[in-house]
Amino acid sequence: MEYMILAHSEEANGPGPGDPGFEEMMGEWMAYNQRLIDGGHWVSGASLAPSVTATKITKGDADVTVTDGPFMETKEMLGGYYLISAKDLDEAIELATAIPIPVGTIEVRPVAFRPDADHG
Amino acid sequence: MEHSSEVDTALTALARDHSGRVLAILASRFSSVDLADDAVQDALIRAHERWPTDGIPDNPGGWLMTVAGRRAIDLQRRTDAATRQLRSSAPELDMDPNEPSANEPLIDDIGPAIDEQLRLMFLCCHPALSPDAQVALTLRLVGGLTTEEIAAAFLVPRATLAQRVSRAKAKIRTAGIPLAIPADPASRVDVVLSVLYLVFNEGYLSHGDVVDRVDLCDEAIRLTGLVRELLPDSAESHGLAALMAFHRARRASRFTADDEIVLLDEQDRTRWDFEEIQAGNAHLQQAMRLQTPGRYQVQALIASYHANARTHDDTDWTRIVALYDQLRAMDRSPVVALNHAAAVAMADGPLAGLRLLEDIDGLDDYHLFHATRAELLHRSGDPNAAVVAWTRAAALTDNPAERRLIAARMATAEREV
Repeated sequence: MEYMILAHSEEANGPGPGDPGFEEMMGEWMAYNQRLIDGGHWVSGASLAPSVTATKITKGDADVTVTDGPFMETKEMLGGYYLISAKDLDEAIELATAIPIPVGTIEVRPVAFRPDADHG
Repeated sequence: MEHSSEVDTALTALARDHSGRVLAILASRFSSVDLADDAVQDALIRAHERWPTDGIPDNPGGWLMTVAGRRAIDLQRRTDAATRQLRSSAPELDMDPNEPSANEPLIDDIGPAIDEQLRLMFLCCHPALSPDAQVALTLRLVGGLTTEEIAAAFLVPRATLAQRVSRAKAKIRTAGIPLAIPADPASRVDVVLSVLYLVFNEGYLSHGDVVDRVDLCDEAIRLTGLVRELLPDSAESHGLAALMAFHRARRASRFTADDEIVLLDEQDRTRWDFEEIQAGNAHLQQAMRLQTPGRYQVQALIASYHANARTHDDTDWTRIVALYDQLRAMDRSPVVALNHAAAVAMADGPLAGLRLLEDIDGLDDYHLFHATRAELLHRSGDPNAAVVAWTRAAALTDNPAERRLIAARMATAEREV
């Protein structure tokens, strides 16, 4: 089965490039990515630019509006996603829990249909 | 034709004693809870149709396993055929799920199927399901209760309960919740036990028109027994069984003939069920031997000090307060703090209890918080404040028996104002 993992956490708390601790942080993420690849779980994944760069498009019956945002009331923002392959929800939960965000909320959703999936 | 009440009893026993195990076996064999559930339900309907005329089989469990197993194969064939779109090449599709014929032997011994039942229980109590859904699924799939019975027991409309079950089953299917014993079963047993504790409490606290309602206390005790059998090394399972036994032992003395509540200090202890208390003591000993403390065991110990005290005055309140201190270290809930304060009031007087109540947050809408406070205010010689607290308590409960008890206590306090 395939699962989408959406990682929400507080933004801009981590070290930037050149800061102390940056290499270690990147090392953890790379090790996590490698774990997904080695285990045959990797489908795709990306980290997102900060939420201040987001643009919201609202589609109504007749009109489309484009605005800055969306800005949520919550402190935790969607920071990135992984699309993984796992044998069941327990394995997906285990992999999602291992994402190296120290504090945050992680949503695991089964993929209903992916047009470019290998149907085999 | 057999006497109909005898058949009814046998049909209920079939569902309760065998359907959970048969469902667990078929779900594992066919890797589908839906298919196993459909097969067992069809077989139970078959029993309802056939047994009143054909008679009760000698081996009801074997009968269910055979009929449901055959039905499962049939359902599997239909599913396979549908996916292959080869309906025409499967002439046996329309075959009827016949009851076992004379020349086909029944399955004699369906075995304890411990792994299969554990898998099913962990599935029903998966943390990815809501607590409501966990309770409904456990009673329905493991406990063999019907949707109607569960709906009536929890006083919710049948349609609501049916929807709850079908949504949970849809999530199991779509989200890929596995029918498996988790990698770390110990961490997940807690959820199973909390579901059973919830079922027990619902049965224990809701009193009233019990006619035609499944006794949830009995169901919770029966399923906790199953968990103890499946996981004999889980100390908390034995602890929970002990806790339930001590509570159930007091059943006969908790209400008067007119359904009025009798509080612990006024209960007729000669009416407590001594055998049930002995069972509780035995479960507790079994738990303690495993030397893995937990909150159900501590609560059971507290209940044991009540259950084994000959009179209310004999109660060892100092020991009970010490146990509540332990419990508070394991469970930070304000309800535990409330019970602790009530025990302290018994050991050290009402003022000591009232001081502790002042530090409790989050129970302002809980009627027993105000009732406890009212009782302690009354005992400390402040009937005016007690009446105010009783009024608050009365406004927060819908239970008629509790309202009558509160009204009576309030009247006593009012006479002293």
